[in-house]
Amino acid sequence: MPDLKKFITDFGWPRIIIFLFLIFLFMAAPFVNVRIDASIADVLNRFGQSAVLVLALVPMVQAGCGLNFGLPLGIIGGLIGATMSMQFGLVGFAGFFGAIALAAPFALAFGWGYGRLLNKVKGEEMTIAMYVGFASVMLMSIMWLILPYNSPKMVWGYAGKGLRTTISVEGYWSKILNDFLAVRIGKFFIFPTGLILFVCFCAFLMWLFLRTKTGTAMTAVGSNPDYARASGISVDKMRTISVMLSTLLGAVGIIVYEQSFGFIQLYDSPLFMGFPAVAALLIGGASVNKASMVNVLVGTILFQGLLTMTPSVINSLLQNDMSEVIRIMVSNGIILYALTRKTKVTK
Amino acid sequence: MSGKRSIGRFLRDNAVVLIFLALTVAAIKPSGYSLAYIGQEIITRLGRNSFLVLALLLPIFAGMGLNFGMTLGAMAGQVGLIFAVDWGVAGWRGLVFAVLIGVPISVFLGWVCGKVMNKAKGREMVTGYILAFFMDGVYQFFVLYMLGQAIPIRSSSILLSRGYGIRNTLNLQIVRQSLDTIVPLKIGPFMFPIVTFLVIAALCVFVVWFKKIKLGQDMRAVGNDIVVADAAGVPVERTRIIAIIISTVLACVGQVIFLQNMGTMATYSAHTQTGFFAVAAILVGGASVKRAGLPNVFIGVILLHALFVVSPMAGQRLFGSAMIGEYFRQFIGYGIIALSLVLYAWRARKEAAAARALQREGEAAPVNGGAA
Repeated sequence: MPDLKKFITDFGWPRIIIFLFLIFLFMAAPFVNVRIDASIADVLNRFGQSAVLVLALVPMVQAGCGLNFGLPLGIIGGLIGATMSMQFGLVGFAGFFGAIALAAPFALAFGWGYGRLLNKVKGEEMTIAMYVGFASVMLMSIMWLILPYNSPKMVWGYAGKGLRTTISVEGYWSKILNDFLAVRIGKFFIFPTGLILFVCFCAFLMWLFLRTKTGTAMTAVGSNPDYARASGISVDKMRTISVMLSTLLGAVGIIVYEQSFGFIQLYDSPLFMGFPAVAALLIGGASVNKASMVNVLVGTILFQGLLTMTPSVINSLLQNDMSEVIRIMVSNGIILYALTRKTKVTK
Repeated sequence: MSGKRSIGRFLRDNAVVLIFLALTVAAIKPSGYSLAYIGQEIITRLGRNSFLVLALLLPIFAGMGLNFGMTLGAMAGQVGLIFAVDWGVAGWRGLVFAVLIGVPISVFLGWVCGKVMNKAKGREMVTGYILAFFMDGVYQFFVLYMLGQAIPIRSSSILLSRGYGIRNTLNLQIVRQSLDTIVPLKIGPFMFPIVTFLVIAALCVFVVWFKKIKLGQDMRAVGNDIVVADAAGVPVERTRIIAIIISTVLACVGQVIFLQNMGTMATYSAHTQTGFFAVAAILVGGASVKRAGLPNVFIGVILLHALFVVSPMAGQRLFGSAMIGEYFRQFIGYGIIALSLVLYAWRARKEAAAARALQREGEAAPVNGGAA
């Protein structure tokens, strides 16, 4: 019994409630004519779609920089890569990996500057990160209008310039990972092998990285900066590396998201993309200064499961469209829960 | 030498205000607006926004940073207005009615917000921000599903066609500008919302008075140093909760004043920008996370809104696209918040380092003296 109690306090009531709620949704699904197999396929798909974005938060949490509400900065890097890849007419895997390759230098440069900035404001990272993210999204909105893109697939038809709000990647690299080695079972269930493999590969790389010398040093900086400094680790350097890594993964994450979603969304759409990722990581059991691969994978499955199942099940159960309200309350409620836990605030 | 340093210090301390002043002045000409037009717009917007920005002051005194949780009060004010319109209470009585409904709700919400923030000391700002998102869910639940179903709404004209939930846009015709125009005053080409200004002036007097009484002193003590205040017997948690409750109530009244001037209410989005505009204004006015006063509020409202008035047209004329002006405006808003938070955090660290260095020197000096 004490084990169970300890497990519950470690895991936290909100997470248990969400987990039970999700199980309830799956059990209720057949009664309201929602197909379980289609739902599971949907959950898997959405899991793969957003897992890399959630993974992107891990390095900064580990290095003690808090939850990266500045994720939009990385997303912008990814958007630059994705649009450039389309502009150059790259298709298929060349297009997808080309987008990542083109995004990487931007993401790393942004991350470097952003990391240096966050080093100057230790203790206030989260609020500042949020507004740096917002400001850069708005600055890029101006850029999308004036940068010299001219592929007819991407710019406004009548003006011949200025990128569209949503750009379809159909015919370029739409669903390139999803369809790779995809296994179809029955009429409604498709296992997106390539997507899941890619996510696992990224998570494995991160797992490996956290066990290298640099990774361990980074974790040391996060858990005890004074101790880390005393053992000769450059705190600022480690933090900068973590932010660069986070921004780079943010860029990769949005490209993975786009290939599955089928569209590139520009202008103010990246504004609030950081929040669902943060909520997913926290639902997985991470705290403001500790996160693991298990947190990422479990959290993304739970959160995306909730997002997929509530609209279909709750809406047919209650005959209305309350799922949006539930989504807002659950995702922000879990962030609030994590912020109000008693954890040491790094100064 | 010291003169040079003091100029440097002045520039550094007022960097945000000066950058903003330069931007606004530079944008006036390309916008093509006359000074009289800009002047009238600023007078209107002073009446519309000042009260909301003043609501931010008390939590800053109490060391809780910028109260992004003020959105909660704004929501309460909107609920009050919905009922005022539904019951058909017209004119300034409608506003009083809205405030009477909104204030109890905002006292409760402020209490919740204060409790939550006490559990998240050191990260009140981000917590307040997320709390506002969370409460947005609760607000939507209440306004979109409860009103008209669990709670009766008399006039079906404000309900969605499905029979429950309030429409996306609420027409506030019956209370529109009822506070601004109680006593019409026209000086030269300018219309002054004189009663609104009087209400704002009364709040300023309240703030000045509040700083002098025991509770206000306690609040500043808590803001300076929680540990010291606690040792001196100040009830820290209680004082912080009171600061947030007052701020939330003021935000509620402020939102009612804001919306009566606008004349329409976007039911599901009017409150989402409240915190953002108020925070941007007070920061533009030269306030920091720890220090703010009445001048910051008014300088901020004037500068921020002057730029907001001219930037879309300036964008249109300079770049041939009003969208660029609009994005620029938002970029400036978010950017200014980021910039002043960064400047403040940076300066605080520098000062801490300087204080440490000074302490070290102080410790070293007597040793040297002893050797000589």
